[in-house]
Amino acid sequence: MQIQRNPQLNEKGELQHLLSIEGLPREILVQILDTAESFAGVTEREVKKVPLLRGKSVFNLFFEPSTRTRTTFEIAAKRLSADVINLNITVSSATKGESLLDTVANLSAMHADIFIVRHESSGAPFLIARHVKPHEHVINAGDGRHAHPTQGLLDLFTIRHYKKDFSRLTVAIVGDILHSRVARSLIHGLTTLGAPEVRVIGPQTLLPAGVEALGVRVFHDMRAGLADCDVVVMLRLQNERMRGALLPSAQEYFKHYGLTADKLALAKRDAIVMHPGPMNRGVEIDSTVADGPHSVILPQVTFGIAVRMAVMSIVAGN
Amino acid sequence: MKLPDAERLCEQLAAELRPLIGPKSAMVGLYTGGAWLAERLHQMLGMKTPLGLMDIAFYRDDYAARGLKHDPKRTKIPFDVNGCELLLVDDVLYSGRTVRAAMNELFDYGRPASISLVVLADRGGRQLPICAQCVGAKVEVPDGMRLTLKRADNGKLALSLESER
Repeated sequence: MQIQRNPQLNEKGELQHLLSIEGLPREILVQILDTAESFAGVTEREVKKVPLLRGKSVFNLFFEPSTRTRTTFEIAAKRLSADVINLNITVSSATKGESLLDTVANLSAMHADIFIVRHESSGAPFLIARHVKPHEHVINAGDGRHAHPTQGLLDLFTIRHYKKDFSRLTVAIVGDILHSRVARSLIHGLTTLGAPEVRVIGPQTLLPAGVEALGVRVFHDMRAGLADCDVVVMLRLQNERMRGALLPSAQEYFKHYGLTADKLALAKRDAIVMHPGPMNRGVEIDSTVADGPHSVILPQVTFGIAVRMAVMSIVAGN
Repeated sequence: MKLPDAERLCEQLAAELRPLIGPKSAMVGLYTGGAWLAERLHQMLGMKTPLGLMDIAFYRDDYAARGLKHDPKRTKIPFDVNGCELLLVDDVLYSGRTVRAAMNELFDYGRPASISLVVLADRGGRQLPICAQCVGAKVEVPDGMRLTLKRADNGKLALSLESER
């Protein structure tokens, strides 16, 4: 019987593709965060470029709309001196009927080195990773409801930046866990790095069945769930993914699960508030909190560049 | 084989550098051994400009063959490189490739007036046209061996030979 190798790792156990945080050993997560820390220094200086990926081609393959993720991947690749090609798939071959693997094979014939893939179908980046050449690398930039590993990593980087150490942290993830690939990636990362308490807070209809199996505590009452938290991660209410009437109304949702200053006061005094963006102000988060002293939402975006530089330079070197 | 005493070489380097230190002088040490040496020299010379520390991981010429090393340190250059007289400090000078990478990285911070290379040991074997202005000792190293600087818990520096893996 052949033992299935982790599709993200090469035969030496090094990161070949980044497809999901789930299944990545702790050492690789720490390696990515440490490397990102060094790249954060590069992004602060006047010449924000290093020559690592000179001559490499990075293809941004977005089958689903994205502004922040696509842009920060593009900036990250350019700061590594790679050539970046952005493909707007909705107006290209896919609409003419070309299959996913044919699209990738054609780009490979154009000498691609890294594919950054966002796709509405869970597992699409895994499919691509199984078919690319040995020198080509695939980075998942969000697949369906499944995973968004670089967002998870930048969340972990942000938490480590402000809290230094995971071993005593209580982290609450609030909102639409059911449709959130960000939540899944972050939960796997936090448990792998040893955060002792990860809570998910949301209405029954927005929590996946059996979510406790991921090692989290479930709260339906936001006030109880926020008590003494060090980190509060708010998720966007994903209207475009809603099927059927899971919620009465946005106003009703805000009343119960929107983060307001008085609810945040139940968390620790030095708690940080995160959000992967884009934010719906007045739906999951109040403006006074989003723009307030606890918010690290914009630093998250900046850290995302360093984290994506780290991931690209690690996979392309392996 | 007997290796020179690194502590003595430090004293010697500091004495050699002292008359060269001026108002525009600044020092940058290369991780890891060069950073230890630079910390020591910087203190012995009582330099005013804060010490810079550099990890050249993002500028190496063997990235394509060897990938990114596992734990790159964050480069910190806490002064304006433009116009300064830089002392670039490393523990061992060998192929010259590290120094080439370090100079490339330094120029991404600015245009120094000059760069001088300071090393504790020169083991020969240059592959690039690079030489040091200030050398603690020339050390013959057998092929297949690596000469490195070690720092003990009490801060004492010592040269050490180990086989290359």
